[in-house]
Amino acid sequence: MSTALTAGGDLYRLVGRNLRRETRILDGLIVNTALPVIIMVLFVYVFGGAITTGSSGLAYIDFVVPAVLLMSGGYGAALTAVNIAEDMTGGMIDRFRTLPIAAWAVPAGHVLASVIRNVMACGFALLAAIVLGFRPDASLTDWAWVLVVLVGYVLALSSVAVLWGLLVRSAQAAGAFSFVVLFLPYLSDGVVPAETMPGALREFAYHQPVTPIVATLRSLLLDQPLGTSGWVAAAWLGGTVVLSVPLAAHLFRRRTSS
Amino acid sequence: MNGLHSKALTDSISARGLVKAFGTTRVLDGIDLTVPTGSLLALLGPNGSGKTTTVRILTTLLRPDAGSASVGGFDVSRQGAAVRRTIGLTAQQATVDDLLTGRENLELFAGLYHLGRRRARQRAQELLDRFDLAGAAGRRVATYSGGMRRRLDLAASMVSEPRILFLDEPTTGLDPRSRAELWAVIRDLLASGTTILLTTQYLEEADQLADRVVVINGGRVVADDSPAALKRQVGAERLVLHLARGEDLPRAEAVLGLPPAPRPGPGGLTLGLQDPDHLRRTLDLLHHDGIPVERVELRTPTLDDVFFTLTAATAATPLPRSGGTG
Repeated sequence: MSTALTAGGDLYRLVGRNLRRETRILDGLIVNTALPVIIMVLFVYVFGGAITTGSSGLAYIDFVVPAVLLMSGGYGAALTAVNIAEDMTGGMIDRFRTLPIAAWAVPAGHVLASVIRNVMACGFALLAAIVLGFRPDASLTDWAWVLVVLVGYVLALSSVAVLWGLLVRSAQAAGAFSFVVLFLPYLSDGVVPAETMPGALREFAYHQPVTPIVATLRSLLLDQPLGTSGWVAAAWLGGTVVLSVPLAAHLFRRRTSS
Repeated sequence: MNGLHSKALTDSISARGLVKAFGTTRVLDGIDLTVPTGSLLALLGPNGSGKTTTVRILTTLLRPDAGSASVGGFDVSRQGAAVRRTIGLTAQQATVDDLLTGRENLELFAGLYHLGRRRARQRAQELLDRFDLAGAAGRRVATYSGGMRRRLDLAASMVSEPRILFLDEPTTGLDPRSRAELWAVIRDLLASGTTILLTTQYLEEADQLADRVVVINGGRVVADDSPAALKRQVGAERLVLHLARGEDLPRAEAVLGLPPAPRPGPGGLTLGLQDPDHLRRTLDLLHHDGIPVERVELRTPTLDDVFFTLTAATAATPLPRSGGTG
């Protein structure tokens, strides 16, 4: 019991450290506050007029908001790879290792701080959307589920990001992960209707994780039919977290012993 | 009291036959050392000699391939957690957070040592005062000078009031004033009873601080002695003779009874001065044999000189180089 309490305290301090760092890097502040708003404005005003929403019959702003929410939270989550790589390649990790703390507390501190920051970034994007005319039709329960989906998405990406950051061993290479994460929503049903894409791309869009997650968010926010998307999204997110968390913990232990 | 028990009480750090290889490179090739409680041992060696690897093994950050070591009475391989509770480490790379202030760093580490919020704050303030950082406590570490950063690093290592402290090249890259300030801090720690193992590339630093010096090269101990004895062996000051004619070099070596060993610079002869009269005797000898000397220079011995002397004795070891990284 007392060790669980102690570990909780350690995690709290490490999350505090990571959040504090983030407020002191201009990049971090921009990624978490301005970028979500900019992306939202870009899609609604710049691209919005030229894109049809296909058979969904939705206004473009309603169509694109779920994808923009994922982009807003996802980019920052991907940067967690850089944060942990910096700790691993700088001297900090030696300091942490000589402290009487559980080994998993360091990567867990990065993941948890990322969830807090990036779900907040989703919040900024959502506020911007509402200012721009997005009118969600969601009950309190729906909103609670939206939060669950966004937390799940950011958590899954942050865990994979930590795994990637531990694998590549350099902050520069760790940054590459954010490109993958940034582009994934474009190749889904989130930004343009997948039905307008050429064959191979369309198949990719239908079978990659962002499409069912977007469909789930649309269903929750706009009272659209959910179908099986909710289960598929849950399987993707749950599966990713269940696989990447123990792998990241294992890799962290290996990187910090020998 | 049996011998083993009393040994454990008097030696805070002891290592036997440490071996470590990275791939096919044997970085440590059987290192033995002991540090009596309350004393300072300087581990002296050039870059790549195995100093940092030795420190990382003794601080449980690295596992030895062979050999054993105990720190504070605990086995580094089997009682890592207990060792970590006993020691402080200031690694070569700065192990403080650049984006946090000095105070925030110390409070974070104090918190992670589970001191409790109020105690952590007190401890941070004590350390800031002690290491002369109170004025910069609210500034981000990124704005600190090299010397301040090292002091903060040292303060961070002292958060848990460790009895045993490891300092890996604490003054490398510091200007002379910062170096002197850090030496004063280290002397204070030593006076308060802390056992210290420090690595350095500077003979002068070892001479200033250490009770005992272990010189390593190529992963082996090449000398283990007091600084005074080591300096006697090397000579207090170095006499560098530049001969007018390079071809006189072998003859000059023979006249002066020097072993044929690698010498720095063309036409240059370096020897340790044994006593004040040594310079006159040397010049007399050369003059008597008709070997003209173009220029004479005197300088304090460097790590290179230690190695020239020590490796000239063993002859087989390749010439070490200082500078560069590792």
